[in-house]
Amino acid sequence: MEFLVSPLTLNHFLVVAAVLFTLGAMGIFLNRKNIIVILMCVELILLAVNINFVSFAVSLGDLHGQIFTLFVLTVAAAEAAIGLAILVVYFRNRDSVSVADLNLLKG
Amino acid sequence: MISSAEFVLLSPEILMAAGALLLLMYGVFAGDRVSGTANLVGMIYCIIAAFLVWQMPDQRQYYLNGFLVHDSFASYVKVVVLLGSALALFMADAYARRHSIARPELAVLIMLAALGMMLMISAHDLLSLYMALELQALALYVLAAFQRDRLASSEAGLKYFVLGALSSGLMLYGMSLLYGSFGSTDYLVLASSLSQGGALPMPVLFGLVFVCAAMAFKVSAVPFHMWAPDVYQGAPTPVTAYFAAAPKVAAMAVFARLLLEPLMGAFNDWQQIIIFLSLASMILGGFAAITQTNIKRLMAYSSIAHVGYGLVGLAAGTAEGLQGLLVYLAIYFLNTLGTFAVILCLRHNGTAVENLSDLKGLSKTRPLLALALTINMFSLAGVPPLAGFFGKFYVFMAAAEAQLIWLALVGLLMSAVACYYYIRIVKLVYFDEPDHGTDAVSEIGLRAVIAISAGYMVLFCVAPQPIIGTALEAARGLLLR
Repeated sequence: MEFLVSPLTLNHFLVVAAVLFTLGAMGIFLNRKNIIVILMCVELILLAVNINFVSFAVSLGDLHGQIFTLFVLTVAAAEAAIGLAILVVYFRNRDSVSVADLNLLKG
Repeated sequence: MISSAEFVLLSPEILMAAGALLLLMYGVFAGDRVSGTANLVGMIYCIIAAFLVWQMPDQRQYYLNGFLVHDSFASYVKVVVLLGSALALFMADAYARRHSIARPELAVLIMLAALGMMLMISAHDLLSLYMALELQALALYVLAAFQRDRLASSEAGLKYFVLGALSSGLMLYGMSLLYGSFGSTDYLVLASSLSQGGALPMPVLFGLVFVCAAMAFKVSAVPFHMWAPDVYQGAPTPVTAYFAAAPKVAAMAVFARLLLEPLMGAFNDWQQIIIFLSLASMILGGFAAITQTNIKRLMAYSSIAHVGYGLVGLAAGTAEGLQGLLVYLAIYFLNTLGTFAVILCLRHNGTAVENLSDLKGLSKTRPLLALALTINMFSLAGVPPLAGFFGKFYVFMAAAEAQLIWLALVGLLMSAVACYYYIRIVKLVYFDEPDHGTDAVSEIGLRAVIAISAGYMVLFCVAPQPIIGTALEAARGLLLR
């Protein structure tokens, strides 16, 4: 139980970020149900990257990583807006948000 | 406060940004009936911006605190991207009016995407690269889904969005690892930290692989190509033409700058990745296109194969290789735009057709269109007197000089395989009986783009020096500082 009392280091944060990133990426590939879940997974990936940037910035004592995080957050918001808009357009045409129904274009 | 010298360097970007916003306001107040004017104005903006870029001095300059860089490489690629955007707008008009997507937003989105591409070509910091990449990507997602009452178009937009967002995430993760390893996002710092030699530390290697994978997504290199055929097929045809021309060129240029500037110190590591991407793209693009029946899908696989040939030049990692890549891009963008212009002309009784069987006997109903298509197909295949041959020639020569002769040989072999499906189209056009007629083409935009591209493919061999010389200068501007 030593890890419970030892101080947090950079590596702890990096491991959390790596786990979240992997969860997000796996979520996109393994999810066979709902497209909205895919959008959530994309957000998860971006937030994992943010944890990485912030923890690197703190350990390096450098502000660039923090600023990068703010820009990533802003872009993530814009990306979510556009993603949802496209999803709404798709839903109007298909009456479904199921991944399995994304099958018109193939070959 | 930006200085006046910086203002001059930024003027094309400012022109595009202000132009896009003005056009948006104009569209909001004047409504959908001005879409033709909007396309024309957008085209003029792109041409003026291209002229401004072309005018700039060649020496390398950093601006906006080192966030952006100006060099002859950036000028060269920006001119290609802007001309590609202008021609795409020129051909979009007729299709847009016929398919009830005649809205001024088309011009606004293409201009914003072009702005993002210009910024990402000039980016000299991971942060500015990411922001510019997202600016063009967000505009392109919307463009793919532009025909919003058609299922295929919205599905294409959705697929492009999901895979594009995933690739941005991969790229960001790679960037965060590079930032953590070197303590900076500036290309100069990354380059000097990496050039010290020795084995790469694990985080740097992972960062390199993530960034390469994300860029492979953006240029649609195998094994990250799966979005391209679906998006090309589903998106409205003028948008597909635009996708195949401008963003591909810009993404290849960004890939080249990333690898040859900040990551040049890791040349031995990334060279293997690029060789793999190039081989896989050439082989899969060559064989998968054979079984296609939809022309737009076939062009998607063809573009995947062409990305593979372009990457052969990048794998060499020399100024000659980069020159080959730049010549290749300057020829390919017009070649693909010309081909898509012909596809846009294929209509039967007023409805657009896009299957290979619809090309049967085109020479009997529309002989000039058939001739233009044949010239473009032979050029894509790389048949000698046409422009496409020169692109392949310079790329393969550079690879051979850089001890990658086997890669050049595989490239030659795969061009021979690709000849099969290009020449099959020529066979359909000239030697089969037509199933149905093809409508006459009256649109000036389509006619002009077809004439420009076919003329360029034929006449390139008369005076290749301007483009080849400028490409060499641009390659040296990036590599030899």
